[in-house]
Order: sequence, then structure tokens, then C-alpha cells
Amino acid sequence: MATPLVVSEVAKSFTMHLRDGIRLPVVNGVSFSVKKGECVVLGGPSGVGKSSILKMLYGNYAVDAGQILIEHQGHLVDLAHAAPRAVLEVRRDTLGYVSQFLRVVPRVSALDVVAEPLLARGVEQAAAREKASELLAKLNLPRALWQLPPATFSGGEQQRVNIARGFITDHAILLLDEPTASLDATNRRVVVEMIAAKKAEGVALLGIFHDEEVRDAVADRVLDVSAFSPRKVAA
Amino acid sequence: MTDLATYNFAYLDEQTKRMIRRAILKAISIPGYQVPFASREMPMPYGWGTGGVQVTASILGPKDVLKVIDQGADDTTNAVSIRAFFQKVANVAVTTKTRDATIIQTRHRIPEETLTAGQTLVYQVPIPEPLRFLEPRETETRKMHALEEYGLMHVKLYEDIARNGHIATTYAYPVKVEGRYVMDPSPTPKFDNPKMHMSEALQLFGAGREKRIYAVPPHTDVVSLDFEDHPFEIQHFDKPCALCGAEHVYLDEVVLDDKGGRMFVCSDTDHCEDRREHGHAGEMLARQEAAE
Amino acid sequence: MTQTPLLKVNDVSKFYGSRIGCRNVSFELWPGEVLAIVGESGSGKTTLLSCLSTRLMPSSGIVEYHMRDGQYRDLARMGEAERRFLMRTDWGFVHQNPADGLRMTVSAGANVGERLMAVGDRHYGNIRATAADWLRRVEIEEDRIDDQPRSFSGGMRQRLQIARNLVTSPRLVFMDEPTGGLDVSVQARLLDLVRGLVHDLGLSAIIVTHDLAVARLLSHRMMVMKDGLVIEQGLTDRVLDDPREPYTQLLVSSILQV
Repeated sequence: MATPLVVSEVAKSFTMHLRDGIRLPVVNGVSFSVKKGECVVLGGPSGVGKSSILKMLYGNYAVDAGQILIEHQGHLVDLAHAAPRAVLEVRRDTLGYVSQFLRVVPRVSALDVVAEPLLARGVEQAAAREKASELLAKLNLPRALWQLPPATFSGGEQQRVNIARGFITDHAILLLDEPTASLDATNRRVVVEMIAAKKAEGVALLGIFHDEEVRDAVADRVLDVSAFSPRKVAA
Repeated sequence: MTDLATYNFAYLDEQTKRMIRRAILKAISIPGYQVPFASREMPMPYGWGTGGVQVTASILGPKDVLKVIDQGADDTTNAVSIRAFFQKVANVAVTTKTRDATIIQTRHRIPEETLTAGQTLVYQVPIPEPLRFLEPRETETRKMHALEEYGLMHVKLYEDIARNGHIATTYAYPVKVEGRYVMDPSPTPKFDNPKMHMSEALQLFGAGREKRIYAVPPHTDVVSLDFEDHPFEIQHFDKPCALCGAEHVYLDEVVLDDKGGRMFVCSDTDHCEDRREHGHAGEMLARQEAAE
Repeated sequence: MTQTPLLKVNDVSKFYGSRIGCRNVSFELWPGEVLAIVGESGSGKTTLLSCLSTRLMPSSGIVEYHMRDGQYRDLARMGEAERRFLMRTDWGFVHQNPADGLRMTVSAGANVGERLMAVGDRHYGNIRATAADWLRRVEIEEDRIDDQPRSFSGGMRQRLQIARNLVTSPRLVFMDEPTGGLDVSVQARLLDLVRGLVHDLGLSAIIVTHDLAVARLLSHRMMVMKDGLVIEQGLTDRVLDDPREPYTQLLVSSILQV
């Protein structure tokens, strides 16, 4: 079985045209892979490029050089060079992402926000809502909130909606950007259990966790991103 | 010196008549299509039938027998004036009898008596464009005719039903001619629409102010537009004509007094007179005779 | 992926005399894809939209559409009758000003029903039922079906215009600043509605907007135009999160943060 996620020699910099075109190198020579059922945690001080790596892997950031190989429906897709619609297809079927913040859509209820990734894959609405309800219940989101749009929710509530949305599918790869940042101890434990379940299902996980307790609970290994920092190389 | 010598035959000069005849021929060749023509100033105001008069003048010959009706009547101002006009400028025979006429110029009616081969019905048309009220741009309506885009005509009928529960258009009811062009039959009551279908007579339409001529040749399909669940229907009258007792004809309401008295009589005066001459009598007539 | 593009745009340019409307634009639009064209006024985005939707003839280049019969047709070589038929059946066009896309003096029901009647629907009851259903889908009370859009608010008019366009189940909808003249709260509702409809119907759409938030919410992919050229294109969140071109960076940094 192929490795679901292979990152090879990826480099990224920002050119700030509004600031006289200065070039800010972010990472260089990023190479690693994540196996099925493995949870890799990106480590290192803040500002070292952990979030940027996640965003490149999800296609939010363009890549200057290198390859991001994803096993998608039996063949390899290089996300660093894929066409937009190929990226969208990979996101729909293979690559999940739990961001730090929920991008809320006006007027859509929390339940439907969570169910949407399943609907996008053609699951019946009733079945998708059923699954969404299960997850929201597991994450202890008060039932009274399910039919409301999450725009007015607290940070922790939004975060749980976001997690449920990310975990609802059977994506083979899951990117997690501080999913537990604003959760209380109970819900952190729920998320740790959910990650463990994903691992058991063979999902490849890559995440950023600042909370040491969570990190220790989920991480199979920690990848120090400082190693890819161009500043360090220069030093 | 006769009156006739003062004018060219039938008022218009021969070049103008040729131009109009060409337009008429084209109109007959493309049933329902509005042919532009160089409408002339006539010695009567727009709205008095300048289009119809020009068409009549162009097809009239010395041997023709002319009948002119206005709302079915031979004796109203418009009909009398136009009839007198052609007597003066063409010295043609005139009649009020539908069956004797070779050319009938009409405003807003088709005679009750079925027209026959060799007769020509000339309509006076105020606004020839059936799509006008929904699409004011002439460039666009011409394109719609050219491309047979007639959905808009049904929008008008839809609006009628939505507002009134039935198609409330009672006159100038749009028709489709020979399965191709949608045409405004001029402001005749929709009662007359079926008479246009497969008529043996030639039907010509002249719009003087709008400078358009169109035609329905004999034996042409003329279908009133409708919906499957709201089919086209003509007006029905509860009573027969009060004077001649005719049924299944178009009736005018005549107010008799200021106490709500009224009667309904044939709008086609010739038809009504003819029936009375043949001994038919309606309710009012019978009452009058009884009184005498 | 066995799908084929719905629209193929190859090197389209439009000149107004010596002035450039848009230049050398090429892209493909896929079924179900929503493409946003952004840029400031005068950047050529509306010219491009007009060239794509056959409202303008490009000076050069080819726009091909994948017809329902499976054939690609060069839009410029299509007869006018066929093109107009395409525009009122398989396409939609949502104008910024609803008055440009609606018949203001006929009822809401007839506005929605017109396309049905244009393609030969002749059953009043069915037309009306379909119109009522579409009003509901665009959140207009059914009892407004016989009211003229003149009595509607701006947001309602825009929703009515959308219903009027979607009633024939088009596969491609062009939108020119669809939220342009609306209040912010009305905008949000409309955007959400459009988003839902596009998703439910599997529509492809090309949306011209100067509002990056509209592009973010509705589009999968975006093109940034400046001086008639497409200067940057890609996945919408990529372009917005990691803008590469100086002008795109300026646009993105100019968004007011709430």
C-alpha cells in the first residue's frame, strides 16, 4: 500500500510587493511522509512555518518548489502542481482539514455545516444529518445550538463544529491545525479519542498541537519544523 | 366637368398605388408578416382609417362594389365618410349588402355573413405590432418575429388569467397565421377570430400611421393563441338580437332610457336588416308591432 | 475524471478601436464549477463576461460551448436564432440591476414563467405551479406571485431575477455583480441563496464581482484582471490566502476587516 502523503523538497517564500518586493523565506527543503494510521505532529517554535506547511498541503498556499504527493483514488496527485479542480476533488474525497477558525457561512445551521462534506460526496441529506448529529453529540455541543448558524457561537463551540465537519468524512488524510486550542479538558479528551479512532481506521494525520498533553496523547512522532527553516540554514 | 376629373382615380397617384400593391403582394406571399410601406398623407386624420383607405384605393377598380363598415354598421360617421370619399374620387358603386360587395373596408368587425371567394376584406389597423405592449423596442420585436420567439405573447395571456381568472382579452386577440407569424387581427372582437380561419376571402390589413401592411390570403390557417387548460373561447350572449332575433351573432348594447332599460342588437346592421326583411323579428320588434 | 469542460475559452481579446477591453484570455470552465472574475472597474471583467455570453463579439479568439448533444460549438459561428435559444434555455444571465433582467410591468409569476412559455409550455396551471415553486425556492412569499416586481424590494427583485433565469434548469449562469446594489444584510442572504442553488443544481457559473468576499463565498476558482489581462488565477482560497501578483496583494490587503 502506498504512503498516503509524501512531501518532497518543498520550499515556500512570500514576496511582499507592497513592501518594496522584499522576499520572506518561510521553509526550505521540506521532506517527510505520513503513513497510514500514523499521526505526525509538526513541532517547533511559533513562526517557524508549521501553519504554512499545513496550508501548502491543503492548497491554500502556493508552493515555490518541490512535490506534495497524495494518494488519491489509487493514483498519485502532486498537489503542488495540480489544477484547481483536481485540488478540489482531492479535498472532497481524500484530504480533510480542520482549521483553527471556522469560516462561517451566513444562515446555514451548525448541523448542516457539519453535514456538508458528506452532501458534497453525494450522501443523502438524512443520512448526512444523522452522522452530523452523532458527532455534535459526541463533542457535547448543546443540542439547542444545532439548528442555529454558528456565527454567534463562542470560540469553543465554533471549534467543535469545525472538528465535527473535519471528522465526518472517511478522508484518508486529515490535516489538523490546533483543533483543541479553545476546548476544555473534557472536549479535548473527546478529540483525542476521535483522533485515536481515525488512526485505528488507518487515516494518516498531520497536525499542529500546542497543548503538550494532547500532543503526547496523539503523536506517533514529532517533526521539528525548525529543521526546514531557511533562517536556520543561513545561520 | 365631373368631380372625378379633379383627382386621379381613387385619389392616389399611380406610382403610389404600385408601391402599395407591391407591399400587398409581399404581404400575401408571407401571411401575417408586417410589410413596411411608404404611407401617404391622406385627406383625413390618422385614426380614421388612413391605412385601410390606402389599401382600398390601391386595389379598387371601376367595376368594384364597395362596402364600408365601422363597428359593423354602415351608417356611422367613419363608414359614411369613407364611402362618400370613394364615391367622389373613384365613382365606384357602393352597397351596404355584404354579399353584393367585392371590397369591404372595415373598422373593428368582420361581417356576420360568411365571405366568399373573390371578396376582399380591408381592415383599418391602429397598431399592427402584437408584441408592442410587452416589448416596446421595434428592433427587438422585429427580431422576435424573425426568430419566431413568441413566448412573450403567452406572457400577456398568462397575465390575463392571473388577474381575471380567464383570458380577458376580448378584442385584438392575437392569432398565429399559417403556423408562423403572430398577428394582431386589429381591434375586432375575438368573436370574429374564427371567421378569419380558412376564409375564402382575401384579408388585407393597413396601418397608415405605423406604415405597415399585412395580409391573410384565402384558405389560410388562423389560430387564436391560448393555453391547454384555458382554451380560446368566443363571447357568448344570453339573448338573441332584440330586433331580428338572430343568435350566435355579435351584439351591441343599446341603452334605452335612464332607468336601466337596454337592449342588445346586432352590431352588423346589414345582417340585421336582411333578417328583418326576411320576416325575422326579435323581442323589441315584436313588442313594437304589438303596440301598433 | 471523465468529464469534459462546459466552456472552452481560447485566447479571447476584445478591442474598442485602439483601446483594450480584454486581451488573450484563455481558460476552461468545468461542469459544476463557479468561477469568479475580479478586478476594479475598467479592468475588463465585464467586457470579458460580455464576450463569453455572446453579448459582445470578441475581436479575436474562440469561445466554445459544450452543447447538450455533446458537441462543442463555436459561439461566434452559431446562428442568432440558435444563440438566443441557448441563452434562454441552457444559460442564464443575472444583471446587476434587476430591472435590466426583469419585465417590470408583468407579474412575478409571468416573469418566472416567460422562459417556460418561450420553449413551448402551454399549460397555464403547470406554468403557474412551477413559478410558485421557484418563488418559494428564492424565498419570495407565494402570495406575491401576481404582484409586479415594481412593488418588490431590491433584494426580492434580484431573487426574482435569479428564479426567472433558473426555471429552465440552465447549465451555465453568468452573473454581473449580482449583489452590487444591495444592502449588506440583503447581500448575505442572496449570496447564501445563490450558493445553495448552485450547489443543489450543480450549476456552472461565471461571476463578475469587485467584492472579494463574494468571490470567496461563491467561487471555486478565480481570475484577477487588470488592464484587460488576467494577471493571476487559481483556486479561490489560494489566490486570496497567498496572492502572488502585486496587484492581487493590493486588492487583498484593501479588504476592510470587520
